[in-house]
Amino acid sequence: MAALKIKKGATSHSAYNLRPTFSDVEETHTLAVLVTNEPGVLARVIGLFSGRGYNIESLTVAEVDHTGHTSRITIVTKGKPQIIEQIKAQLGRIVPVHEVHDLTVEGPSVERELGLFKVAGEGEKRVEAMRLADIFRANVVDTTLESFVFELTGAPEKIDAFADLMRPLGLVEVARTGVAALARGSH
Amino acid sequence: MARQMTGAKMVVQALKDQGVDTVFGYPGGAVLPIYDEIFQQNDIKHILVRHEQGAVHAAEGYARSTGKVGVALVTSGPGATNAVTGLTDALLDSIPIIVLSGQVPTFMIGSDAFQEADTVGITRPCTKHNWLAKDTDELSATLHEAFHVARSGRPGPVLVDIPKDTQFATGTYTTRQEINTSHYEPQLKGDITEITQLVELMESAERPIFYTGGGVINSGPAASQLLRELVDSTGFPITSTLMGLGAYPGSGKNWIGMLGMHGLYEANMAMHDCDLMINVGARFDDRITGLISAFSPNSKKAHIDIDPSSINKVIRVDIPIVGDVGHVLEDILKVWKSRGRKTNKEAVAKWQAQIDQWRAIKCLDFKQEGKTIKPQHALVRLEELTKKYDRYITTEVGQHQMWAAQYLTFDDPNRWMTSGGLGTMGYGFPASIGVQMAHPDALVINVAGEASWLMNMQEMGTAVQFRLPVKQFILNNERLGMVRQWQELLHGERYSHSWSEALPDFVKLAEAFGAKGILCSDPDDLDDAIMEMITHDGPVIFDCLVEKHENCFPMIPSGKPHNEMLLGEAETQGVIQSGGAVLV
Repeated sequence: MAALKIKKGATSHSAYNLRPTFSDVEETHTLAVLVTNEPGVLARVIGLFSGRGYNIESLTVAEVDHTGHTSRITIVTKGKPQIIEQIKAQLGRIVPVHEVHDLTVEGPSVERELGLFKVAGEGEKRVEAMRLADIFRANVVDTTLESFVFELTGAPEKIDAFADLMRPLGLVEVARTGVAALARGSH
Repeated sequence: MARQMTGAKMVVQALKDQGVDTVFGYPGGAVLPIYDEIFQQNDIKHILVRHEQGAVHAAEGYARSTGKVGVALVTSGPGATNAVTGLTDALLDSIPIIVLSGQVPTFMIGSDAFQEADTVGITRPCTKHNWLAKDTDELSATLHEAFHVARSGRPGPVLVDIPKDTQFATGTYTTRQEINTSHYEPQLKGDITEITQLVELMESAERPIFYTGGGVINSGPAASQLLRELVDSTGFPITSTLMGLGAYPGSGKNWIGMLGMHGLYEANMAMHDCDLMINVGARFDDRITGLISAFSPNSKKAHIDIDPSSINKVIRVDIPIVGDVGHVLEDILKVWKSRGRKTNKEAVAKWQAQIDQWRAIKCLDFKQEGKTIKPQHALVRLEELTKKYDRYITTEVGQHQMWAAQYLTFDDPNRWMTSGGLGTMGYGFPASIGVQMAHPDALVINVAGEASWLMNMQEMGTAVQFRLPVKQFILNNERLGMVRQWQELLHGERYSHSWSEALPDFVKLAEAFGAKGILCSDPDDLDDAIMEMITHDGPVIFDCLVEKHENCFPMIPSGKPHNEMLLGEAETQGVIQSGGAVLV
């Protein structure tokens, strides 16, 4: 079956888009949405997800081109293939949305997230936390005699794994940026 | 030619630049500067409605009957919130309208000022796009972009919220021509590979059907012409949604009637049994599909739509064609002709014969007996007596709307204005006012139920003030007929709050507004009364007392497929099961 064509996106005729459109298996997709940075544009995107009952697992947004007033919204969402296709088409309909890219099906991509972890503890636990942070190549960005704040960048799974390890060692608070993602290669 | 002027003047200038001749509106504190400018010019007519909902529906009626963008002007706060129903209605039916709302001055936004509402926030989900115009220098560009967005691609409603200080301040006016081209340019041409695939299927199809919708009307008169050429030269049967009536003539030889929940038996059976379904500008709405898992199980489906999000939303299709209906139909015709105008004639003739058998059931038959007017009979007579006129029909929502769709015939597009997607009771009367403004010499009839009509009856003032001879043809059963029908079929005949105990005397009501009222309760008087309504030069309320417990058939019960239609009363007992009852 011919893939759904979305003018603003680039998913049509993709060799990676050969799965059946009406499968029942839920998939996680990372979408990159390029928008005009104007008031209310984020509300339009979020309103679309809440109004139509779609999932947002993570969302990041920042202006990426100051002269062109363009922002990039990276959304990680989950749903059946039909819903994912709907999400992309619905995003494409929003007037200030210029491009919708499904990084999950368009080819290989890199995903990175930054996490800050406050870990409080003394003695052996504090030493172990420091040792594990070293293994994960996390940086210490704040310290007191009974706490650390670690900064860790990596794929979301790596952030998850680090949080799991820190929990028994006195994890107090976590802040995560959500996923930023780019397609690999020169384009 | 850039010029300096106030924001308020820019609004009027931009409307003129966009070719607007009529604005429907209601003044208030936050739009006074714009009203001051309207006062000082004669190019744009302003129609003072009696409620902002009426202004938006009137703009919709104007837009649907002309193909142009309809314009409504409302004040801040309650003016804007009253516009929300009309905006949502236009969004669901893809009607190009622009609502200009006043807003409190920018320096007061967020302070809970008098008549302040977050209009852009409230209308975000019910417009195609909206803007808050904070800068007078950018106001004219925003207005031109708003018209562009409203009419391009899949049309829809837009709103520009204009704070009062933006209206007072002076800035540079930019003309329509000077505007940088918008990045919003939806694709018009369809993919030629997919069009060719469709033509290949058309050449071999044994049981093809065209299923058309409002997209054909929205694409413009040329699209309707191309559709007619394609249908008549292939000889394929054609059905249409409620929204698409008139794109193909109701008197045309391949027409098999409207489809859907209250569509014709032959149309729904043909949809169920076809082997090639060509969806042209329709969206597989739930009123059309019935039970999705049993929807046309053995057909290949092609879907032509300008909006990619319509494709595969509800029904999986085999050939998706994203593009404007007119452009795509033109290409289909070109490809089909260049390949030798082939169809499977023998099989299609057999298919037409099968459809004729279904048609022979005469699903719309009814018996007019006794001294009570059947609503169907009233519409049959209305059709007979008005079909020769330059006629436009609007409707409210309910049983009368379905009967109007079934018993009136539409031979041209833009002649039928009804609230399809949102099902807005109170739509028809203000819409008829908008239609009459656009077509001053035409016969404009709003087929109404008494309950719907009362929802926006205040617009009688508008009709009388502006001498708009709109005919309000009210099928009065003293019931919320469709609600009552569902309560009968689904809720054990417990008629909870579905009748009116204190209806007005509609004749006196008309007279109170300075209009004409006609009461008709006897079938023998009906023709004369209708003629009296048509020939009266002015607005008329026609109170047609009809059978109170008539049900609307045929009907696909909720949760049932197309081939399990109810044709009449005898079949209704216990047919809707609990699974169907949760659907609307």
